[in-house]
Amino acid sequence: MSIKGNLWDPVAGFGVTFRTMFKKVVTEQYPFEKVPTAPRFHGRHQLNRWPDGLEKCIGCELCAWACPADAIYVEGASNVDVLPDGSPDESGRFSPGERYGRVYQINYLRCILCGLCIEACPTRALTMTNEYELADDSREALIYEKSDLLAPLLPGMTEPPHAMMISDDHQDYYRGKQLPIVEADE
Amino acid sequence: MTIEANHETQAPVELVTLTIDDVSVSVPKGTLVIRAAEVVGIEIPRFCDHPLLEPVGACRQCLVDIPDAGNGRGFPKPQASCTIEAAPGMVVRTHLTSDVAATAQRGNMEFLLVNHPLDCPVCDKGGECPLQNQAMSHGRGESRFHETKRTFAKPVPVSAQVLLDRERCVLCARCTRFSEQVAGDPFIALVERGAQQQVGIGPSSDGAEGAPFHSYFSGNTIQICPVGALTSADYRFRSRPFDLVSVPSVAEHDACGAAIRVDHRRGAVMRRLAGDDPEVNEEWISDKDRFAFTWSRQDDRLRTPLVRDENGDLQPTSWPGALAVAGRLLESVRGSVGVLPGGRLTLEDAHAWSAFARVALGTNDVDFRSRATGPEEADFLASHVAGSGLGVTYDQLARARRVVLVALEPEDEAATIFLRLRKAVRAAKTQVVTIASHLSRGSEKLGATLVPAVPGQEVAALAGLELGAGDVVLVGERAALVPGLLSALATLGAGVRLAWVPRRAGDRAAVEAGLLPNLLPGARPVAVAEARADLAAAWGVAGVPGVRGRDLATIVDDAADHAVLGLLVGGVEIADLPDPARARAALAAAPVVISLEVRRSEVTEHADVVLPVAPPVEKSGTFVTWEGRRRGFATALHEPGSVTDTRVLAGIAEEMGRPLTFRTPADALVDHDSIGRWDGAAAGGPSAAPTAPAGPPAGHVVISTWRQLIDDGRGQEGQAEYSATARPAVARASAATWSSLGVPETGTVVLGGSATFSVVVDDLPDGVVWVPGNNGVNLRELGIGHGSVTTATTGAESTHE
Repeated sequence: MSIKGNLWDPVAGFGVTFRTMFKKVVTEQYPFEKVPTAPRFHGRHQLNRWPDGLEKCIGCELCAWACPADAIYVEGASNVDVLPDGSPDESGRFSPGERYGRVYQINYLRCILCGLCIEACPTRALTMTNEYELADDSREALIYEKSDLLAPLLPGMTEPPHAMMISDDHQDYYRGKQLPIVEADE
Repeated sequence: MTIEANHETQAPVELVTLTIDDVSVSVPKGTLVIRAAEVVGIEIPRFCDHPLLEPVGACRQCLVDIPDAGNGRGFPKPQASCTIEAAPGMVVRTHLTSDVAATAQRGNMEFLLVNHPLDCPVCDKGGECPLQNQAMSHGRGESRFHETKRTFAKPVPVSAQVLLDRERCVLCARCTRFSEQVAGDPFIALVERGAQQQVGIGPSSDGAEGAPFHSYFSGNTIQICPVGALTSADYRFRSRPFDLVSVPSVAEHDACGAAIRVDHRRGAVMRRLAGDDPEVNEEWISDKDRFAFTWSRQDDRLRTPLVRDENGDLQPTSWPGALAVAGRLLESVRGSVGVLPGGRLTLEDAHAWSAFARVALGTNDVDFRSRATGPEEADFLASHVAGSGLGVTYDQLARARRVVLVALEPEDEAATIFLRLRKAVRAAKTQVVTIASHLSRGSEKLGATLVPAVPGQEVAALAGLELGAGDVVLVGERAALVPGLLSALATLGAGVRLAWVPRRAGDRAAVEAGLLPNLLPGARPVAVAEARADLAAAWGVAGVPGVRGRDLATIVDDAADHAVLGLLVGGVEIADLPDPARARAALAAAPVVISLEVRRSEVTEHADVVLPVAPPVEKSGTFVTWEGRRRGFATALHEPGSVTDTRVLAGIAEEMGRPLTFRTPADALVDHDSIGRWDGAAAGGPSAAPTAPAGPPAGHVVISTWRQLIDDGRGQEGQAEYSATARPAVARASAATWSSLGVPETGTVVLGGSATFSVVVDDLPDGVVWVPGNNGVNLRELGIGHGSVTTATTGAESTHE
């Protein structure tokens, strides 16, 4: 290495420092300032609802099947409106059609937020939100139950179990039929 | 009984050679092209084809191109390979080498999918569905059908446990063919035509619509359905194929040893399927084997050892503590302990019970039978069953000239035998003769010839049959209740092959292990000193007791009379014992009662120490079938707290200071085999004279009874859908019998003072009434068994009391 080279190196190095002083800082002051994520960021999952409040999840377990991290556990069950003896069933109806997801758990200790479950979902029941604050101080708290994952009830939605309100034919839900408009009796 | 030199001269198989996809293959004449293709490893897609059902060519999925049918001329159109027999010189081109065949298959698949709903995500078959798989491998991939699909109301319950989804059906007729050809219960059929064709329920016997699909084998239709059209009400939406861990196992509900597959998820059995064992059950099992698996996970399941404290309450205890108490108690009454192991043990556990009785307790007071029995049976089992090895097999049943059923109802008591016999009868190879009170539905399906016999008088009926070479006699467990019957069977002529068909899975193993008062392991008679010395040497003890022990009835009687001080009881249901009231008195009277049980029972309520043992699903072992065939099975559910009878008994023996030579089931089996079969003379057979016929007194009837396949047994609890398919509890007798009793033919009858049954008129000998053994009421509680004489009055009278 020549003397000229040795002398010039610190100048080049401090030159980087000097130039950077005039650039905008990239450090985010999390958690004091929260910067919105990209709109399609893979955050915490959400189980969506139909406009009448019934769950879209049919308990098919395709998300669990697709999951490369084995983070999802699902148990299906029958929607029962009426028991064979004609009496209303206590367990009731949670989704249109025959089947609903009775147990739905995502283990965020395992989940790698890859989104393969979203692609597998045949009813668009499972989507991802932008929420990324998935930290806690116990393992139990990081296994999210169905109640933690279900989308909030929007205006017009009724908490299941209840009968199908959009149509008696569950296929109409998938064809995009909307809730019948009911006049508010005020 | 050894395997007889019965190599029937098989006719040399005529082979035909054909070419499939340019590969030459020789197959026996009569082979279907689809099977010939399998021989050379070519898989042709199919739905309706099933190797155990007759070909029908219903689904048209297996189309192949046949340019040369062996006569130089080809078929102008693709042919269904599942209905065409291979012919010499035939040239077959499958979808692999022929565009014609591939196009035909693709087109057919498109037709099948036209009306098939896209509900795979909610369908129980999804993931293990031949239609799903073959649509991927042989279909178009994308649908061109945009119109509205045909829909039906769904699901329709065909029976309480089988649900029908007609939209999904591809009309392969596997279920209807199975019901008609294999089970003989044609209660479902294809009805309507064209796009509306569907599986329908036939009219019931009284002509009304909607007769349920009542078959003991209906679960098999669920398994062979190639789509999700037939699903199980019990398994509905319970899990997905990829959730399940499958373990091959053996059914524990009867002595047939049917191969099953246990599918479990997260420590709980979700379903059981039929295994495939051509030598035993082929691919079929009964509904009992399939659905009755929840009994071992009921709320009354025992999880920890219990020891009775000074207040008389059972308290949970540690294993070492409980074994120490059990050992101390048994040692305190040693020499006066009756051992009742029950009839549901594996060979390993039975051997451990036998060794424990002889070594640790020093007694021959041991009897595996937990049912009513007669004095001849123990001698019959010792002389004709124990150590006889593989006797009559299923294959020999199918080849026999004539099969005589004595005191045995195969459909209810040994379902696999029933199916195998029915197959042989349909092939016109075998004739079935049944000695019974009447021609039951099961016997009708076997085309059986009835030799009518009043219960108790079967010996006379047997004498009327001229039995000879080629005849097989199957004798059921209730033959023990008929005086002289087992003695008569023991002296049948040469050439007649005899097999004892018990009801419980562990009965044959218990005989092999010597769980009888007159028998030691390996068919060693208690009375023979050499046999005892042989066994004592193997076990490293000074000697084994040489006095014939007490049998079940005597143990119970003596315990109630304080002559037996201790009872060591396994899986015994008190209500099944010959005299339940007396047995309860015995349990209450005995100062020491030790119970090895899976669930709380009447015995555990009286026990001083309760030691929980593993049900079959949580242990490994070997069942021995009625044939003498060993059916080993592995642990399906690995429960840390589940221990086998062998381990528990070895632990008690060590606490008593009289250890057994083994601790684990595997070592117990090694011990059993190393002791081996006694090579000396077998024990003497039974000799009892039949009773003289005597009609029942006025107002009394002779009872003919057996337990139906689906009944109120504790091994079938926790399955509401399954239990709902039980046959109704009715009493059958001739019109003359009913009128002589003053019972109207549409009324009810009260037997033994308290058991009420609806009345059905059937063709029975006069004075005989048939009732099921344990549907609604357990007849043993009333002291009624096969051949009992009891009172019969009309139901109307009983309501006035």
